[in-house]
Formats: sequence, structure tokens, C-alpha cells
Amino acid sequence: MPIPAHHPVDILRFNTCGSVDDGKSTLIGRLLYDSKNLMEDQIEALERSADITGGGQINLANLTDGLRAEREQGITIDVAYRYFATPKRKFIVADTPGHVQYTRNMVTGASTANLSIVLVDARQGVIEQSRRHTCIASLLRIPHLVIAINKMDLVGWSEERFIEIRDQFEEFLPRLDMKDVKFAPISALNGDNVVEPSPKTPWYTGPTLLGHLESVHIGSDWNLNGFRLPVQWVNRPNNPTDARLHDFRGFSGQIAGGIVKVGQKVMVLPGGNISRVKEIWTYDGPVTEAFCPQSITLVLDEDIDVSRGDMIIGPDNLPGASSDLHAKVCWMHPRPLQCGRRYLLKHTTQTVQAVVTAIEDRINVSTFEPEPDAPDLALNDIGEIRLKTSKPLIFDGYATNRLTGSFILIEQGTHATVAAGMLFPPTEAVKPEYTDFSI
Amino acid sequence: MNSYHLDHLQYLETEAIHVMREVAAEFERPALLFSGGKDSICMLRLAEKAFRPADIPMPFLNIETGHEFPELIEFRDRRAKELGAKLIVRTVDDAIARGLATASASETSRNRLQIPVLLGAIEEFRFDCCIGGARRDEEKARAKERFFSFRDGFGQWDPKNQRPEIWNLYNARLSPGENMRVFPLSNWTEMDVWEYIRREKLSVPSIYFSHERECFRRGGQWLPIPPPHSENGHPDPYAGARPKPNEKRANLIVRVRTIADMISTGMIESRADSVDDIVAEIAAARVTERGTRADDKSSEAAMEDRKKAGYF
Repeated sequence: MPIPAHHPVDILRFNTCGSVDDGKSTLIGRLLYDSKNLMEDQIEALERSADITGGGQINLANLTDGLRAEREQGITIDVAYRYFATPKRKFIVADTPGHVQYTRNMVTGASTANLSIVLVDARQGVIEQSRRHTCIASLLRIPHLVIAINKMDLVGWSEERFIEIRDQFEEFLPRLDMKDVKFAPISALNGDNVVEPSPKTPWYTGPTLLGHLESVHIGSDWNLNGFRLPVQWVNRPNNPTDARLHDFRGFSGQIAGGIVKVGQKVMVLPGGNISRVKEIWTYDGPVTEAFCPQSITLVLDEDIDVSRGDMIIGPDNLPGASSDLHAKVCWMHPRPLQCGRRYLLKHTTQTVQAVVTAIEDRINVSTFEPEPDAPDLALNDIGEIRLKTSKPLIFDGYATNRLTGSFILIEQGTHATVAAGMLFPPTEAVKPEYTDFSI
Repeated sequence: MNSYHLDHLQYLETEAIHVMREVAAEFERPALLFSGGKDSICMLRLAEKAFRPADIPMPFLNIETGHEFPELIEFRDRRAKELGAKLIVRTVDDAIARGLATASASETSRNRLQIPVLLGAIEEFRFDCCIGGARRDEEKARAKERFFSFRDGFGQWDPKNQRPEIWNLYNARLSPGENMRVFPLSNWTEMDVWEYIRREKLSVPSIYFSHERECFRRGGQWLPIPPPHSENGHPDPYAGARPKPNEKRANLIVRVRTIADMISTGMIESRADSVDDIVAEIAAARVTERGTRADDKSSEAAMEDRKKAGYF
């Protein structure tokens, strides 16, 4: 679909999840096909493989299932990313697998999403995978959720069945703290209510799936309260030809929260030094203010010690600073998490040593009840743990800031990424040593 | 609060800058793969945005097949010089001469032969990370790739065993001999690339714009006629890539949409002679960019197989 020139469009990131054969890949294929985002050679390739393996039937799932093993087994193994656009928005789609053993990939695909689509087979209704996926979406604080009840054609487009499944969800949704949940009756295979409204559901008055994706409000998905700049890289020109740059010392990074303005006071943590913003340097020239998630380079008034891993913050909404952490983790490795084990922990731009001091509980994703006394957390388990780090982290609760409230654990030796962690809010805010750190 | 909002190009830009700075901070000896093609042109601008006013803290690396469009080579060399960057070039011909690569008699494309040359350059300079301009929307196997794509001691990609990549927390840890390929443009589409070139007023090699060229028809595509072979005692490097008597030849107004080398690049008939025209043309296009790449048509899994062997 052509994009009008010079028309500013934003990006919505969403992921699709559901059990095997719920039709995730077919749905994405349908979205691309019906919104005219498929090209002739892609359709040709589909037709070619239909003639060879599909008995002449085009399989829209073949569009996203890109690996040989996936096409052979008819399943999705890894997160596949797809891109399409309508005149209203650009979309980044993470097609995430439904198999239990690939749940870690769902976490990968969902971690950056504004919206999740959970697919349910209308014949089966809510199954354990539906609960697990909804639970993960809530855990990762994905702002918007759509429950797409698929294969409605196979239950005779029954409104009664639709309501029955919606009720099954609404029984447990209140426990999950999801703010925006929508339900849609669709047939991905035939395209009903995906891009075009279906004549078979006169009882459904909501938007089509694409209509909802195009219009859902995502403006407030970034945190603009409380300036946070995790320092990524210190910018010091070696042999500048411009004499003014001889003493240039800039702190580069992507703003992880809030807004920064030239002249404002900032503090560098964990050191606690205070300075003012002298300049916000960008390649396109200096700017007077910058906001999350822009990538910038800050120049400070005074020459203070700042290096990668430090966090430059503003004077309000102070973060926590602690080496005793409390977090929910999703375990992603066949070797289970055990109490007392050491890992590397990467949080914003720093990597520190961490030891697991306690496993508080494991969440039963079918009942959403915490189970205490878990001896370990196995692959795809979600649980609450406590950690002690070799250096204090400057952090926020994940619920208030996804970027400063998240971390990964890395196994020493193999360097495998073994866990995704979401921090609970700090018990107390960092205490500035200098009382004048306020406006 | 509404003014604190990024449009799609600004979003993709800040994401890519963040990735590049992670590379500069986490790796000891990174390199940036620069071919002179449109994607790597965007990467250079992103590198400037990530690292200026300092120098771009890594050399540029290009693996030549020996079948390059001369316009591309000229552009690549000029751009590297303008940016004050060190450009390292390694060639398939040199690798063949040194016995590192063996040409296959039946395969005219040197696409596969770039693999040992790339791996050789990584070893020679002990690069621990190569930044590439690949995009996930290009191809199905690429759609599965991470921003930080881990490669084992043999340079191999194992698609079934990729590190989960969560939020923007990239795991850059390696053991000796292992290697990372990093793709800052992962989330960009072909349209995004051209819109960015337009917004940033970037110059691109002339072959992206329409020009007159003698082509020949093969496999449903118009391929450029290679430069003449001088009788220098060496075998013709373009043997097999020259038009056969029964193949139709024509002088056409064409441009390239994607550039591999002269053997693997189909020319498209086009009158687009400005970036605006190209953006309009892509908006109306009914085939994908890779539809003009002969190297991807050999099988459904052509890219997957090359990547598993260590390709970009």
C-alpha cells in the first residue's frame, strides 16, 4: 500500500501468539495479503510450493515460516519478524511460536511489543497455552491485548460460542492487571474481520483486527516522567580538526525515561556528582531538549567522572539504588536456575555479577497462583527471585519503566542468555548526598 | 506531551544508533561492512550520528566478488575517504589465488565464495564483530535473525539455537574465536531506507538511477552485459555470465533496485532519476526487492544455507 510522501506515520509493534495450529502464521499471511502488502514474487513462491507440497492449496503460513525445518514440520520455530504498512501506520510484527518449549521466544517477541494478539481456536476455547500467553503478556506489561477468536467458520459463526470463550477469559483477566483487552471473532483462513468486516457476524460491532491495529492509541507507551540516561559510550574525539572540540567530552546514550533540557541540573549515579547540562549534542546540531527514546550525547558543565554503566538522572522521580534486588524472571534455559548460583546480569548499559539468594515462588501459569517452595526454576518457568549484585543498580520498577526496570541473566562460561528479569519497584528512592539537588 | 513523539524513521534511527554504540562499547575489534550499496550508505550516516564528533571507531570492510559494478567501487572508496575511515578490501580472486577458496565449474555466481573470504578477513584482523546492513524484510531466513547474531568458531549461524533477545538488552558476550554479526537495520524496510536517504539527503551510486545500458534476457530478468574480457592469459572471470547467441539483447533505460554484483543483479526498466521518483516507484512496486536477485532464486532455502555456512 503506497505511503503518501511526507506523511508522518508512527510504528506499532505487535506480536501474535497462540498454540500450534491456532493459525498465527496464517493470520499474518492474511493481514499482508488483504492489505495488499504481498508482492507478486512472494505470491508466486507461495503458489510454487503449493503445487509441490500443498496439493495446490496456497498456504499463507509459508510466508512467515522461513526455515527449512519449519516448512518441513509445518511449525514455527523461531520469532519471525514481518513488516507491513497502511496509509495510517507502519507495523512490525513478531510471529512467535506456540510450542511450550519455545515460550522463551514469545518473551523475546513480546518484550518490545505495544500490543499482543492471542489467538484462540474457537472449537477449543481457552487452553493452557492461552492462559500462559495471556499471563506472559501481562507480566511483560504489554499495554494492549487482543484476543482473536479464530476459526469461527468451524463453529458456524456462533455468537453464543464467542461469548462463551470471552467469558472463559474474563474469569481470569481481572487477576492479570491488563488495562486494554479487546475480543474479535475472525477467520484468518478466509479473512473474515481481519481486514474487511465479515457479513457473517452481524452481531459483532467492533472494528476489524486491522482497523484496531491502525487506531489503537500508543502515544503514551514510553515513559516521559523522570529523566534517565544510561551512559552507553563516552565520546572523546582523538584528533579533532576543529579546535573547539579539543576538550569535548560527551556522554552518549539512548534516553530511557523522561525529558532533558539544556541548563537543567542532573546527577550522575552511582557516584552522586551533580552538574548541569551544558549542551545536548546531536549530529544534526545542538538541541534545547530531548526525550525518551532519543539517542543523544550530553555535554555537562563540569568535568566530572562519568563512564559506561553510569546513569545520568534528573531531579524528579528519583530511581532506586540497590544491590539487593527483587524480581520476576522468565527462565529460558534447559539448565534450571538454582539458588546460590552466580550469573552475569546486564541492566541498561552495565553488566555486573549477580548471585541468586532466594527463589520465592514459581507462578502456576494455569491458575496464576504462586507456588512457594520451588526448588528451582526450569525452562519456561516464571517465578519471583531475589538477587545480590556486585555493584548497586540504578533502577525503577518494571511497571513504571520497561527500560530501567528490566535485565537479562547470562550464564558464565557458555554466555547463554538464560533469563529475562523484571524488577519490583525500589523500596526507597536514591538519597542525594547534596540537599540542593532539586529545582 | 504530544510533541514528544517520534515518527517511524526517527524511531528506527534511534534504535540503530543504540545498537551501534553497544557494538563500540562491548567489542574490542569491530568492523563495519560497507559495500557502497544503499543499506550500507544508511549505516554510515547512522555511524556518524552515533559517534560524531569523534571518529567512527571501527574500520570499514568490503568483500569483493571481482564482478562489482565499477560505479559502486568508485563510490565506496570516495565515501570512505570523505569520512576519514580505514577501508579494508579483501577479494575472492585473491582468496582463489591463495587457495582459500575454490571456484566451482558449474556456478558462475561468486556469492558463496565470499564466505571463506569474509571468514578469512575476520581471522586476519581478529574482528570480534562485524556490523552488516542486512534487513529482516529482505528474505525469509533473515526475518529470523537477531540484531546480535551469534556465530560459532566456524562462523556458522544456528537458527534453532539463537540467544533470546529481550527488550534492548543485547548479550554481546563471546568466547575466543567466536564472532558476532550485528544488524542495526534489522527493522528497516526497503521503503524506510529510501525515505531515510531522502530525509538525510544522502548520495547514492549512479546505478540506482535510470540510465541506458545494454542488457540481455536470462531467467526472466534483464542482466547487465559484463565488461569485455582482455586477452591477458587468465580465464574470463565472467565466463558463463555473458549472453549466449540465442539470448535476446537490448539497449534499455534501466536502474538497479538492489545490488549484488554484475552477475547476480537484475536490472529493472525504470525512468526514476531522483530519490523522490524511487520512493514513488517502490510504493507502487508489485515485486519485492529480492525478486531481482538471481542468487536467492536457486531454492527456497538459498539464504538460510548460505547463512549457516557463515554468510553475512
